[in-house]
Formats: sequence, structure tokens, C-alpha cells
Amino acid sequence: MNFNYKKLLPQTLTILVVILVFGFFTYNAQVNMENRGITFGYGFLSQESSFDVQFSLIEYDGSHSYFRAYLVGLLNTILVSVIGIIIATIIGVIVGIARLSKNYLIERTAAVYVEFFRNIPLLLQIFFWYFAALRALPLPQKAEPMFGVFFLTIKGFFVPAFIWNNLDVFIYSILAAIISIIFVKIYANKKQEAEGKQTPVLYISIGLLLILPLLSFFIGGASFYVEVPALKQLAKTSFTYEGGVKLPPELIALALALSLYTATFIAECVRAGVQGVGKGQKEAAASIGLTPNQVLKLVVMPQALRIIIPPTTNQYLNLTKNSSLAAAIAYPDLVLVFAGTALMQTGRAIEIVSITMLTYLSLSISISILMNWYNKKIAIKEK
Amino acid sequence: MNKINFLTANKNNLYVYLYTGILLFFISIIDVSLGSFFNINLTSFLPGSISFMLPLFLGFIGLHLIRIEYSGIKPLDTLNKNINTNSFNAFLSLIIIFVIIKSLPPLLSWFVLDANIAGDSKDACTGSGACWTYIKIWFNRFMYGMYPNDEQWRINLSFISLGFLGTVGFFVTEKLKKYLTLYYVVVYPIIALFFIYFFISGGPIFFDFSYGIIALVVSIIIGFFIPSKFKMYYFIIIPITIYILLKYVFFYEELIELGKLETVEWVETGAWGGLSLTFIVSFFCLIFCFPIGLFLSLGRRSDLYIIKYISIGFIEFWRGVPLITVLFMSSVMFPMFLPEDMFIDKLVRVIIAISLFEAAYVAEVIRGGLQALPRGQYDAAKSLGMGYWKMHIFVILPQALKLVIPGIANTFLALVKDTPLIFVVGLLEIVGMLNLAKTNPKWLGFAMEGYVFASIVFFIICYAMSKYSYNLEQKYKTER
Repeated sequence: MNFNYKKLLPQTLTILVVILVFGFFTYNAQVNMENRGITFGYGFLSQESSFDVQFSLIEYDGSHSYFRAYLVGLLNTILVSVIGIIIATIIGVIVGIARLSKNYLIERTAAVYVEFFRNIPLLLQIFFWYFAALRALPLPQKAEPMFGVFFLTIKGFFVPAFIWNNLDVFIYSILAAIISIIFVKIYANKKQEAEGKQTPVLYISIGLLLILPLLSFFIGGASFYVEVPALKQLAKTSFTYEGGVKLPPELIALALALSLYTATFIAECVRAGVQGVGKGQKEAAASIGLTPNQVLKLVVMPQALRIIIPPTTNQYLNLTKNSSLAAAIAYPDLVLVFAGTALMQTGRAIEIVSITMLTYLSLSISISILMNWYNKKIAIKEK
Repeated sequence: MNKINFLTANKNNLYVYLYTGILLFFISIIDVSLGSFFNINLTSFLPGSISFMLPLFLGFIGLHLIRIEYSGIKPLDTLNKNINTNSFNAFLSLIIIFVIIKSLPPLLSWFVLDANIAGDSKDACTGSGACWTYIKIWFNRFMYGMYPNDEQWRINLSFISLGFLGTVGFFVTEKLKKYLTLYYVVVYPIIALFFIYFFISGGPIFFDFSYGIIALVVSIIIGFFIPSKFKMYYFIIIPITIYILLKYVFFYEELIELGKLETVEWVETGAWGGLSLTFIVSFFCLIFCFPIGLFLSLGRRSDLYIIKYISIGFIEFWRGVPLITVLFMSSVMFPMFLPEDMFIDKLVRVIIAISLFEAAYVAEVIRGGLQALPRGQYDAAKSLGMGYWKMHIFVILPQALKLVIPGIANTFLALVKDTPLIFVVGLLEIVGMLNLAKTNPKWLGFAMEGYVFASIVFFIICYAMSKYSYNLEQKYKTER
């Protein structure tokens, strides 16, 4: 075999440079840490954190460990990302379809929205909502209730909470409904392939989703009551609401800014996807006698989704990464709690920044692996 | 069952329908406009909710009446086709028109009619509208940060000269056009670097690496004139030689000291800020991230496995983490990796971090263009006896880059929008300055004006960029 020196030389050189750079960094890090009297290690994660977090989904106070603080931050990041993704998808799909409307006014309104929100830095939008828009809200004692139960105040958004008895029965009933819907769907597909008859899957699914949870109330013993937030006086001029769930203003501002910003990109994805389905496809489908609904369901949507889903997932990923801007308005997400407060207290820059980066990295790599798998699955199999 | 033709015009009563419809439509619009601009409610004798909904109802009927297909009246047909195709569309159009009419007066009054711009303190703002006085007083700070007032001409002069030097490409003759790439990729950045270094800074912002950068750049220039057979070896030997020459023979540090303008006062980077800092950061990141991204994309498609996997790892790493953690890394973690006596300025660290971050995105965009080229292009170039670099420089890249212009422009747009994040390391560009001004005790309570101002500034910059990239896309669209 002819050994290829021309290929070997640049590769060896690259490896050498990489090793040199890493060696240089590691050596310096060791020297620096020795000078400051820190030893490298992740043992600090189990130490007592001794700082508080304003808003957390799990029980947490200063006596818990740094690892628990990490979990609090991670859960808050996931919470704001999920809320943002849901709202962004709803707005994005509506605006994307509006962009395709034949109505000039609707199309223009959607276009202005997209151009406007897309061209302003996200950080500026977060600041705007948090420092300017939400600060204009009334104080708790002056807030007007929306629909009698929601209170939008400068201290946050107070919504009623559901207090459950036997919640597990209810959840099981919903799970059972979903599983039976899947079976109905499989059965319907088989029946259509064998006999060519269509089963009204949608109506059966809706029926199942309504009946099974209802049964859980009447037979399973599940029940709930609604706890409406009530005004409570803390001090002479300080009021708050008690009961219900409080969404802090930071969360609202962040979720609002993230979803309004990301929705513009999702709207463009949706538009591109629907436009990407050839006109001939629709005409062909109509010409073999499918109804407009069937054309949409069986021909247009499957093809449009194939174009829409990959870039939209990318946008979801961007939204999750952008949620780290929370640090700017002190919403306790992963970056603020862990890479901010915990880092300041422990001074362990290398460990903490690397954990934070690895968290985001594993999140995005797992999603992109999922995406590649999905892409391969739905790709048109050409002969 | 027959189609119900409820209130639909036919040939006989066309004009009756037309006039009634138009009348109803205009009544509804006039009612809303009067209510909105002059606060007069024409229908106040009706109960509140009915009076509120009436214009919508009237307008809806009006639009229904004038929905006449092929009426032969051109304006009417255009109107019907655009906003009045069916009941649902008519309803939405009406709502949009009413919302625009309703929101105009408060917006106008806030922006213009009740706004203040006179005076030079908070007391001048008495109206209920915006306080543009605040923007006027702080304008200088929003543009230049804490840069000393007397020295701001240096920033202006640098930006103006760099702007002129940047447009050279439009004026050169056909003969010199082939050197333009060299000019924009190598010469122009160096000129810009010198402007920033000697003029805007006037003092030490660079560091030991600057020998390295100069050595690299000089060797690239020399590399153009060396036969390709030996290129690889020269690229290893020349930078090291120049580095050693600069450091130990010419005493570069003293040269730099000599070259410094005596009259120019040193302004440290901590004082830089405002929109000019946004420009400086985006400009340099833009210049650096493109070549890095280009090499990464070539590396990712290389058939040298080690280079390929190092490139993939590098790209996926930067694409997987948020920029804010990268900036955290550059500010708290990176100094740990340097020798204790080595100091890198905050601004330089930020520029390096953002450049590496955006380079990964640029690399992926360019890879898309490289993948889109048919294999035949590579084969044809190879069959002409071209080597790897010749093939890429003369055949592959010109075509691939043309394909990805919109993608690269989008990445640059994202870069400009990401610059406000540098507040993490304590550098205050325009958004950071706003937050600083907002907390000034003399000027409390004008957050809205500041954010609106910055939004407008960013919108103008980003919208212009996106439109320009769209034009480029149209211009370079080649038929395939």
C-alpha cells in the first residue's frame, strides 16, 4: 500500500496544535488553581448552598445542596422553554397561515408583525416587556380581575389553582384514553387497508377523551375544587394575593418575549412549508375525487409537515438556548442560579461553566439526533 | 336544496346594493373614526355593548352587500378580491381596520402630540406622552458610551474613513477588480485594526498575540507568491520566523510605542460603549467569523479524518451552547486558562468568543452551499489538474458562496442582534447604556422611551440589512 504522506502531514500537525493548545490551557489552569488554593473536583455539588431562589418548582431553600440548586435552575429553564414553545407554536402557525392569506390586510398585518419582531434583538424585547410594559400594570390592591379569577398585577400574574383529590385516578384515565385511541387508530388503518372503509377516528377519539376522564370523576372518586386568589394585606401599603398560583413577572416577560420573537421564525417555516407543496399535488388530489378536507389531511399536510418540522425543531432549540437570557432580568434559570449565584459563591469557574455548557450541549445534541432519525424516517423513499 | 341567495345582488338591482353597501361601510368607518379621534359617540343613545358592536355589524352587512362577483367596476373588484372574498375575510378585514383606527390616536399622542422634546431636565416633561428630552440629553451617551466628549471626533473620523474605505469596491477599474477579495479579506481588516488601535483606543488593548496575528497575516500575503508545491512547508516556517523576528530582532513592542501618536490620549475599552461599540463588535466579529467559518466548513467536508472530526466537534460544540454561557466562559473561565501575567482585554475576549460562536453557524451555512454543488464541478476541476486549494478557490467556492449569500446575511443579522449580550461581561453597548441611564436618579421612569428608541435604531439597521441581503439574493440568483 502506498502510504500517503501528503495526507499524513496536515493531520499530524493539526493534532499537534490541538494537543499543544490544550496542554497549555491545562497547565495554566493547574498553576492558577494551585495559586488560589482550589482543587479541581465536583465534590462541591453536595455541599450546602446557603442561598435562596425566588421561584422554584421543587422544594428548595438555603439548606439544600448545590446540586439541588442546579436542578431548580434546570427545571425553571425547562418551564419557561415549554411555555414559550407552546405559545410560539400557536402564534407562529396562525401568523404563518395569515401570511398566505389572499386577504391583503391580513397578509400585511402578519408581514409587519414578522418583520418588526424579527429585527429587534431579543434582549431588548425582554427588557421592554419587563422594565417598561409590565411595570405599567396596577398594584395588587388596584388590579381589576379578568373573568373574575385572574389578577394581572405588577407583582405577577395570579391564576386560580386546581386542588385535586385522587389526581392519579384522573391521570390514569387520560393515559387509558390515549392508549385506546392509539388502538382505535391502528384498527382503523387496518380496516381501511382491508376493506377500504373509513372509520370516524376523530369523533371516537374525542368521545374517549371525554368519557374516560368523566368516568374517573363519577366512579374513580377523583374530584377537584378551584382555589381563587384572594387579596391579602401584608403591611399598611403592601398587598399580595393568597391562594392560587403566582407566575412571577420575570417569567411572564421572558415567556412573552421568547414566544413573540420565535413565533416570527416559526411563521416563516410554516409559510415555506405550505408554499413548498406543489400546486400540482393539490390538483391531482382533487382530480381523483378527494374532498377539500381529505386533500388537506392526506396530501398537503403530510408533505408540508415534512418541510416544516425540521426547521421548527431548530427554532424550539433556539428558544431553549435563548431562554438563558433570563439572567438579564433575574429570572432564576440555569444560567442565573448555577452559573451566576453558585459560581460567585464557590468560585469554581471551570466546573460550573462546564456543567452548564454540557447541560445545554446534551439537550441540543439529543434533540438533533432525534431530528436526524425523524428526517430519515419521513424522507421520501425514491427508487 | 337550492343555494340560498340571501341579499345577493343581481343585474337588476346592482346599484341599489352597491350604494347601500358602500353607505353602510362608510357609516361604520366614520362612526369608529369619530369615536377614536374626537371622542364623539354617534350612537350613545343605544346601550353600551350594542353601541360598541354596531359599526362592526353595519360594516359587515355593507361588505356583504358589495361582494359582487365580476361587477365590471374595477376598484370594486380589486377591493373584493383583496379584502372581501368571503364573510370570514370580511369580518377579519373589518376588525383590522377598526383596530388600526382605534390605535392611531393613542400612538400619535404618545409619540408626537403630547410628547416633549424641549428643555434639558426631567421637569421639562409635563405632557402625558413620551419624554424625548431624555433621549436628547442622553443621546451622546447612547451613541458613544462613556467615551470622553472631547475625544469623540476620533470615533466619528474612524468610522467615516472606514466607511469610505469600505466602498472602494464600487469605484475600482475592471483591471484591479481581481485584487478586491485580497483587499477586503486582508488589507481592509488590518487598516480597521490600526484605526481602532491607534485612534479609538490610543493605548494598549492588544496583547502578546498581536505579534502572532501580524506574523500570520504577513505570511498569508507572502504565501500568495510562493509556488504551490512548497506552500505547505512555507506556511509552517514563515509565521514562526516572522514571529521570532518581530519579537527578538525588531523589538516590536518598541516599534509600536514609536508608532503611537503622541497627541492621542489613551481611552480604555471599559469606557467605550453605546451604538459605536455595537458597530465595533459586530464589525470585527463579522470580519473574523467568516474566514474561520470557511475553513471549518472545508474541514468538515475534508477527507482527512482527523481534521474532519475536529471540525465537526468544534462546530457542534459552539452550536449547542447559548451565547450567554460562551460569554460567561470568556469572562470567568478563560482567564483561568492563561498564564497569570498574560492579560487579554475584555473587549478582545468578547470579540474572540462571539467570532468563534458565529463561525460555527457560518460554517454550517457554507457547508449547505458546498453540498448543493453537483459532483461534476469537483470532477471537472480535478480533471483540469487543479489541486485542492486551486480547485476550491477558483471553481468551488465562488459558486458555493454565491448560493449561500442569504444564509450568511442571516447569520450576520443574528450577530448584530446578539451584540447586546456583551452586558454579561460588563461592556455597555446601546441596550446596556439604556439600562444604566434608566437607573440614574435624575431620570427615573423613562424606560419606555429608551427601549422604543433602541428598538427603532436596531430595527432600521437590521431591516436594512435583511432587505440588502434579499436584493443580493435576487442579483446573484443564477439559473441552474
